[in-house]
Amino acid sequence: MSPRAAAISTDRLVKVFKGTTAVAGISFQLPPGSITALLGGNGAGKTTTIAMIMGLTVPTSGTVSVLGAQMPQQRYQVLHRMNFESPYVDMPMRLTVRQNLKVFAGLYGVEDADARIATLAEEFDLKDFIDRPTGKLSSGQKTRVSVAKSLLNHPEVLLLDEPTASLDPDTADWVRGRLERYRAESGATVLLASHNMTEVERLCERVIILKRGRIEDDDSPVRLLARYGRDTLEEVFLDVARGRREAREAAQ
Amino acid sequence: MSAASQTVSFSPHRIGAMVLRYWYLLRSSWPRVVELIYWPLVQVLTWGLIQIYVAQHSGFFARAGATLIGAMLLWEILFRGQLGFSVSFLEEMWARNLGNLMMSPLRPAEFVAALMVMSLLRLVIGMVPVFIVALAFFGFNVYQLGFAFVFFFVNLILTSWSIGILVSGILLRHGLGAESLAWTLAFLILPLSCVYYPVSVLPEWLQPFSWLLPPTYVFEGLRALIIDRVFRADLMLGALALNSVYFAAAAFAFLRLLDSARRQGTLMQTGE
Repeated sequence: MSPRAAAISTDRLVKVFKGTTAVAGISFQLPPGSITALLGGNGAGKTTTIAMIMGLTVPTSGTVSVLGAQMPQQRYQVLHRMNFESPYVDMPMRLTVRQNLKVFAGLYGVEDADARIATLAEEFDLKDFIDRPTGKLSSGQKTRVSVAKSLLNHPEVLLLDEPTASLDPDTADWVRGRLERYRAESGATVLLASHNMTEVERLCERVIILKRGRIEDDDSPVRLLARYGRDTLEEVFLDVARGRREAREAAQ
Repeated sequence: MSAASQTVSFSPHRIGAMVLRYWYLLRSSWPRVVELIYWPLVQVLTWGLIQIYVAQHSGFFARAGATLIGAMLLWEILFRGQLGFSVSFLEEMWARNLGNLMMSPLRPAEFVAALMVMSLLRLVIGMVPVFIVALAFFGFNVYQLGFAFVFFFVNLILTSWSIGILVSGILLRHGLGAESLAWTLAFLILPLSCVYYPVSVLPEWLQPFSWLLPPTYVFEGLRALIIDRVFRADLMLGALALNSVYFAAAAFAFLRLLDSARRQGTLMQTGE
């Protein structure tokens, strides 16, 4: 696929922070409408990669393009067509859920914001606490609000950084269902950074495994399981994280 | 569209959304509103009483005494204007909301414009009651300064925004470790701005440095107006020229510091 046709394209992307290499030359292209997982242990480079895709961090070298715009130079051409959800940011605590959604609707230029907020409140079951301060919600409720915020502008590209971290299994499953439905209905391109293998197996058609800032593997979940001879992605992840694959290949 | 033109392009809707965000916050928190008023109130009472004491003496000091409360009120415009700008910015860092804003379509120029609007709004909430107290208890009517007050105000608020923009850039780049600058940087220029005394009081070698600061022109202008009954348009124009230079320099520094924060990857985690 040509980089122009891809919804997200990275080419030999590198990020070095004060002598420490966080991302060491990764290249991938995500077709429009695809849903892909970025998998990797702590410090593998997932969040830095997403930050560079959003234009929040400038690459040391290499290029990123989103919906045909070079990031970060042309970010304002496409930021209104993207959105994200991350545990590294919060919404203002003293503002109610409705007020927060209204502010972000304004920032993203959402037309008929009240109607859109009402729809999301219905879809994400926010109605019971929509007029409560965001800081007074449980972590599950906050995540639902945060995911609702990420869908306010009907994004064509959605970046999710551990969207179900710290959620109980029921709420996590509920959030996954909503994300799955949004992707199916909108045809959005989704890139998901996660530690949760169940989530990845359920949602993603492609998995990019990062280790020490490099792409260690890149395939569909089914083919990864077959190639590693494992039953679950968790086992594949552990093989990659602990270097078992290299050990096995060396032994052969 | 070039990167530069994208950075400075404006959307009133996005500026309005940011102002709405800060307005919701102020509305939800009475301590924040009280904080806007109480310190200027303490200041006006203190300086008002000093003025009464000075006015009891005849001659030059009786006339000069009126400049004290006027100078205090004008200094509060500068300091509170800068604080209103910087605290609104700090609210985003305290709320861990900066990442949300930086990944939204909000342009830096729109963000700064929203902070300037909030600086004015917070100034009005904080200073109008204080102006009323100054009039009721000490007979000082800031509006009697007439058209000159508009010049004083514009120059002081421009200086306050320049400091606010610079401090916000430093906070973006260095995180909350630099927070104390937001509260103290304006005081760095207080002695040299000659708020309560004329420039001639300073040692001769220090006076040229004093004239590099726009507030010096304003406070000299205030004294000329109250003591000599002369409006010094030349001083106001000098202040305006310097303010234009400092405002442009602060905006440039802000963009450079923002760019540096993007390179260092500090925008996502803007803690200590």
